[in-house]
Amino acid sequence: MTYLPKPKFRHPSLPANALGFTRRDYEGAVSTLCAGCGHDSISAAIIQACFELSLPPHRIAKLSGIGCSSKTPTYFLGASHGFNSVHGRMPSVLTGANLANRDLVYLGVSGDGDSASIGLGQFAHAIRRGVNMLYIVENNGVYGLTKGQFSATSDRGSKSKKGVVNSDEPIDLIGMALQLGATYVARSFSGDKAQLVPLIKAGLLHGGAAFIDCISPCVAFNNHEGSTRSFDYVRAHNEAVNRLDVIPARGEITTQYAPGESVDVRQHDGSVIRLKKVAADYDTSDRVAALTYLQRRQEAGEIVTGLLYLDEEPVDLHAALKTVEKPLNALSDAELCPGAGEIAKINASLR
Amino acid sequence: MPQRLEATNDFVVKFANVNGSGSASANQLFAKAILRMGVPATPRNIFPSNIQGLPTWYEVRISEKGYLGARGGVDLAVAMNPQTWDRDVKEIEPGGYLFHDSSKPMPDSKFRKDINVVGVPLTEMCNRTYSDPRQRQLFKNIVYVGALSALLEIEPAVVEQLLSEQFKGKDKLIAPNVKAFHMGRDWALENLQCPLGIRVARREAIGDRIFLEGNSAAALGAVYGGASVCAWYPITPSSSLAEAFERHCRRYRTDKETGKGRYAIVQAEDELASIGMVIGAAWNGARAFTATSGPGISLMQEFLGLAYFAEIPAVVFDVQRGGPSTGMPTRNQQSDVLSCAYASHGDTKHVLLFPEDPRECFEFGATAFDLADRLQTPIFVMLELEIGMNERLCAPLAWDPARKLDRGKVMSAADLDAARQFGRYLDVDGDGIPFRTLPGTHPTKGAFFTRGTTKDRMARYSEEGPDYVDNMERLLRKFATAAKLAPAAVARPAQQPTRAGVIYYGSTSPAMDEALDTLHERNVHLDALRVRAFPFGPEVAEFIAAHDSVFLVEQNRDAQMRTLIVNELGIDPARIVPVLNFDGNPITARFIVKAIADRMAGANVTPLRKAVP
Repeated sequence: MTYLPKPKFRHPSLPANALGFTRRDYEGAVSTLCAGCGHDSISAAIIQACFELSLPPHRIAKLSGIGCSSKTPTYFLGASHGFNSVHGRMPSVLTGANLANRDLVYLGVSGDGDSASIGLGQFAHAIRRGVNMLYIVENNGVYGLTKGQFSATSDRGSKSKKGVVNSDEPIDLIGMALQLGATYVARSFSGDKAQLVPLIKAGLLHGGAAFIDCISPCVAFNNHEGSTRSFDYVRAHNEAVNRLDVIPARGEITTQYAPGESVDVRQHDGSVIRLKKVAADYDTSDRVAALTYLQRRQEAGEIVTGLLYLDEEPVDLHAALKTVEKPLNALSDAELCPGAGEIAKINASLR
Repeated sequence: MPQRLEATNDFVVKFANVNGSGSASANQLFAKAILRMGVPATPRNIFPSNIQGLPTWYEVRISEKGYLGARGGVDLAVAMNPQTWDRDVKEIEPGGYLFHDSSKPMPDSKFRKDINVVGVPLTEMCNRTYSDPRQRQLFKNIVYVGALSALLEIEPAVVEQLLSEQFKGKDKLIAPNVKAFHMGRDWALENLQCPLGIRVARREAIGDRIFLEGNSAAALGAVYGGASVCAWYPITPSSSLAEAFERHCRRYRTDKETGKGRYAIVQAEDELASIGMVIGAAWNGARAFTATSGPGISLMQEFLGLAYFAEIPAVVFDVQRGGPSTGMPTRNQQSDVLSCAYASHGDTKHVLLFPEDPRECFEFGATAFDLADRLQTPIFVMLELEIGMNERLCAPLAWDPARKLDRGKVMSAADLDAARQFGRYLDVDGDGIPFRTLPGTHPTKGAFFTRGTTKDRMARYSEEGPDYVDNMERLLRKFATAAKLAPAAVARPAQQPTRAGVIYYGSTSPAMDEALDTLHERNVHLDALRVRAFPFGPEVAEFIAAHDSVFLVEQNRDAQMRTLIVNELGIDPARIVPVLNFDGNPITARFIVKAIADRMAGANVTPLRKAVP
């Protein structure tokens, strides 16, 4: 971390997006995480994704729980409202916020302790309700803020910095998200920005429960020999099934691939995801096949990354509840209160 | 021959039924018929924590004087459940009446010599008339209402009218129900001595009062108060509040053109998620609430501390039941006072409202949302099973046509442009309440980071002692403001000067009204004060100071309200004498009168010799 204040100076030739914002307008406070922390790379990817999508920063709400990962929303999108809630309970707070105003973009940031241990229940239920959000787990397999205890996503046999071998089965958040009906599921690696940024972009544009499990090595407590979440280990075992470009609605499609190499998927908002296949037989529209594929590759010791599943027509919580299009927090007194006139009728019916 | 209790419009009927037998609507018909005759009647559901096949009771107190509290004792038992026969028979007052199904002969040992037995062959009649087993069961309930109408002189036209209202829209059910009613009535008129010594006579003692459940009233209050998000987890006795909210919303919040709802209700995975969703929604500017009971309050503690410290509005309807732990899930207590007042770790204090009846459940149910937005803090509406799950006669609901929802100190984009500065936790007005902004308001101004950690006035993370103290002291100033905004305690002065006082709250009201009348008749005089909110207004301390001895009547073991008053107002504990009813049954006037009269005689506060002429 650095103790230097962030300079306000901006280079006059910084490129601006369609809203006239530069990348700097999407930044937050200076990070207080350890130098080299994978989480800072994810923050940078979020900034890049929001900048490239030209999202108005104030129309994004960023929510988190407690832990190293949950601290990061301070370090990006300084012009957005943020909510650092309680440990493992970000999903419920985000769900409530989403119910109140369906017009904002909701970004939930959590960690493996926050989501796979104390918050496993809330993670599961937010996913199965189809809350329209992008839920990113910054997964380092360790409790960083309390100095190096195993988390529930640590692989069995993985060795802690103190030399203890983990004997518990890991919780597979990707498998859970797929089973529980997430309509956008991806895994990435904080060290692969080229893959991560488009995944975040497509997840932000997705109209349902989008989940990204992002492996993010902890340089302080989980980057050693014997760890399965170290930079070296993840680089050596990373097997991407695809690469993607995201073209927002009304955007210009510039990337071209040879015929048969790529496939275009149009999301509900009109944006197009251009998938360049790496694993030729991988089908992002087949949930059951994805589960099987992931488990087979995991058995072989691979960490599969990329866009793993996409439902182009998600049904979100508001659609299921049949709420009005106008955000509930914008309803007027007259739209909320039946008024004095109804009271006489109510009284009459109770005699 | 046993003596016969004689009373008009002043007696207690208790129905002993089998859960799931369809008796509830017949019993309600009985109670409503008496109300329609202009005579106050107060029903109480007494039900163990089961769904089907086990005992359940429905007690109706009929009181022309309008006493709505539980009385104690039974004058007429309608014993329809063989499982509970012995205890039901035992409860009857000497000279009282036992109504039973005489289809099967019972040995003499099953009866008492000092009560009057009224047998009606209900099963036999129904088996003769109906072939379908379910019909036999359901109509049996209506047949006994018919027989009771003859025995108690309930007007048949009133019952027929109620049946036609009840089955409006399912009109073909009206005639068979009316027929079953008359079958029972006719049999009783022909075969029994009608009426009994106890009976109902038409009066005009209801006025414009209405009859409804507190949970439904509170939910209606939430609709009127502008709540648009409800997150809840099923728990007795609060579930019917969330369900009533859904019912009211379908009626009043459905967009006529699109059929879509101006509300969102989520049945959460647990109470933690419920309050989390409420906090998220309220942070984002929607009025939101949860409904729960004691165990839910325990589970919500961490989030309640967050809402207190990060200053987020939230409304919690706590329909109290017997604790601790799972306790007595279907019985009444006022035992969450302290766990709500000081919910969560660290130094916290919360605003509590104590409704006395369904009407106040409605009023406080709406006001809670204004208070939550104004004070930016959780507001607890402290219902109880006794008023939440029972229908109660009360003053009609009222709504001022000029009333606007008070959204509190929320800055719009224009406000932000006009303001010199925005600091989320700046005390601009000196009332301890800062201004807030909602996400998405302004492209460049007003964004801040909400957190449960310590922060400075500008919402920046800080671990500095002075920042922490500054914030905590401001929260105390805000709590002092809350004391000004919360409903004040209501005084009921004695009819002559006295140095003795009594404080009470919540569902104790009707029993206390009756107890004060009875004590007055015995020449024992007490000024009474009904507490309606925490933090307390100055009137509470003034009341205690103005009396030599003060009783505090409440329904928990540890005198929780007394603790709160002693602690918050710095009162000498010896000045407040606890009167405690905590067996799960609603408090009675008989209990209060005895407790107070005994103690006053012992303390020699008021000479009791005058009481006995």
